[in-house]
Amino acid sequence: MRRQLPLALCFIFGVFTAIQYYVPHFRVQWFQERLLQWLMTLLAFAFLLGTVSLIKVHYHKLRDRAPDRGFSLVVFAGLFTMIGLGFIHPDHHAPGSPFNQMFLNVQVPIEATMFSLLAFYVASAAFRAFRARTLEATLLLIAAAIVMLGRVPIGDLISPKIPEATRWILEVPNLTAKRGVMIGVGLGMMATALKIMLGIERAWMGGSD
Amino acid sequence: MSWYDWLLGIDRRWIFLTIAIAVVIPFFAPLGLPVVVTPPVQNLYDAVEALEPDGKPLLLSIDYTPATSPELEPMSSGVLRHAFRKDIPVIVMTLHPAGYGMAESAILAAAEEFGKEYGEDYVFLGFQPGTSAVILGLGVNIRTVFPEDAYGTPLSELPVMEGIRNYDDVSLLITFAGWSAAEAWIYYAHQPSGQIVGAGVTAVMATDYYPYLDAGQLVGLLGGMRGAAEYERLIDRPDAGARGMDSQSVIHLIIILLIVLGNAAYFASRRARRLAQARGEI
Repeated sequence: MRRQLPLALCFIFGVFTAIQYYVPHFRVQWFQERLLQWLMTLLAFAFLLGTVSLIKVHYHKLRDRAPDRGFSLVVFAGLFTMIGLGFIHPDHHAPGSPFNQMFLNVQVPIEATMFSLLAFYVASAAFRAFRARTLEATLLLIAAAIVMLGRVPIGDLISPKIPEATRWILEVPNLTAKRGVMIGVGLGMMATALKIMLGIERAWMGGSD
Repeated sequence: MSWYDWLLGIDRRWIFLTIAIAVVIPFFAPLGLPVVVTPPVQNLYDAVEALEPDGKPLLLSIDYTPATSPELEPMSSGVLRHAFRKDIPVIVMTLHPAGYGMAESAILAAAEEFGKEYGEDYVFLGFQPGTSAVILGLGVNIRTVFPEDAYGTPLSELPVMEGIRNYDDVSLLITFAGWSAAEAWIYYAHQPSGQIVGAGVTAVMATDYYPYLDAGQLVGLLGGMRGAAEYERLIDRPDAGARGMDSQSVIHLIIILLIVLGNAAYFASRRARRLAQARGEI
C-alpha cells in the first residue's frame, strides 16, 4: 500500500493534468484551479524545507568543528539577521525599513559584485585557454569574436557588416542548433513524464527501485 | 626570455587591472557611441507602443535577482517608463523571492517619475512560490493566485484590477529574467492561453530565445545591456543601459585583443618548440 498509493495518485493527477488542456468544461477547470492552489501551497513548504536543511548542514559543520566552519557562522549571521529584521519591523518591505535597507544596500551590491567578477575571469580565461587548436575551435573563436563585436556599438562603427554577420550567426546556425537541442529535450521530458506516470520510473519515491 | 614566453606567463592580475580600468574610465569620459536598434527590440517596443492608454493592463513579471540586476534593471525601468508615459495600466509581480525588492524599487522609481498613483495606475502583486503553478493559475483566475496585493489589500479594492480575471484581460506580458522564467512564461502562458509574451534576458541567455522569437512565441526580446540601451534609445531616455554600452564596447575589444595575443603567443611558442625539437635541443 505504501508504494501503490503514491503510484496511483501520480498516475491519476498526471493523466488529469494532461487531459484537462483538452476539456474546457467548468467542473474540470474548477478542479484544475484547486489543484494549482494545492501545488502552490506544497511548493511554499519547499522554502521551509530548504531553510531547515541549510540550518542542519551548517549546524553539523559547527558541531563537528569542520575546517571551513567560519563560513557557517557567516551563513547563520546573515540568515538570522534578515529573519530578525523581518520580524521586528511591522512593514518589513516598506522603503527605509531595516530589512529593505539591508536588502538594497548589502545583498544587491554583494550579488551584483559576484556576478561582475565573471567579466574578469572571462577575460583571463579567454587569454589563457581560447586557442585555435582545431578547425572547430577556430570556427568557434571567429564566431565569438564577431558576436562580441556585433553586440556592442563599436561593432557598428567598425563596419555595418559586423552586426549583419552577428544577426546571421544568431538567427541561422545558433537557432538551428538550439531548436534541435530543444526538440530532443522536449521528447526526453515527455518520455520521462510518461515513465513516471506509468510507474516505470520510481526514483522519485526514494529507495532503490 | 622571448616575447611569447613573457606573454604566456603574464600575471593574470594585470589582466584584471586592465579590465577594471577599461570598465571605469568610460563612465567618467563617455565615448557616446551610437546604438543601432535591432528588430527584436523594435518589435517589443512596437508591441508596447500599440497598447491603448487606459486600456487592458500590461503585466510585468520582474523575475531577476540582484546578481543580474545591472543588466535587467535598465530594461524593466525602460519598459515601465514607456508604459507610464503612455498611461498604460501596469500590473507588476515576481516569480522569484529575491525579485520582490527588485520589482518594488523599479516600479516605485518609475511611478514617482511620472506621478502615478498606486492602485489607480499600477499595482504590485508581490511574490508567489511555484513558477509553473503560478503562471497556469493566472490563466484561470488571478485572484486565486494573488487574493491580495503585496501590501495585503484585496484585489477587489484596487481600481486598476477591476474586471481583470485572467490572461484574456491582460494586453501584453513582459518578463525580465536572469533564469528560465521566460521559458516558463512561454510554456504555461503563451501556449495554453495564447497570451502575447515579450522578454528581457541577460546577454548570455539571449541566444537561447531565438527559436521562440522565430516561431512567434515571443513578440520581442531585449538581450543584455545592449537590449536595454536600444530600448532607451527608442523611448528617447538614455540611462544606465546607454551608459554601460561604452564600457561594454571597450571590454569586448580588449577580450578580442587578449584572444589574439594569447593565440599569437601560443603559436609562436609551439613553433619555437618544434624548431628546437628538430634541432635536437630538447
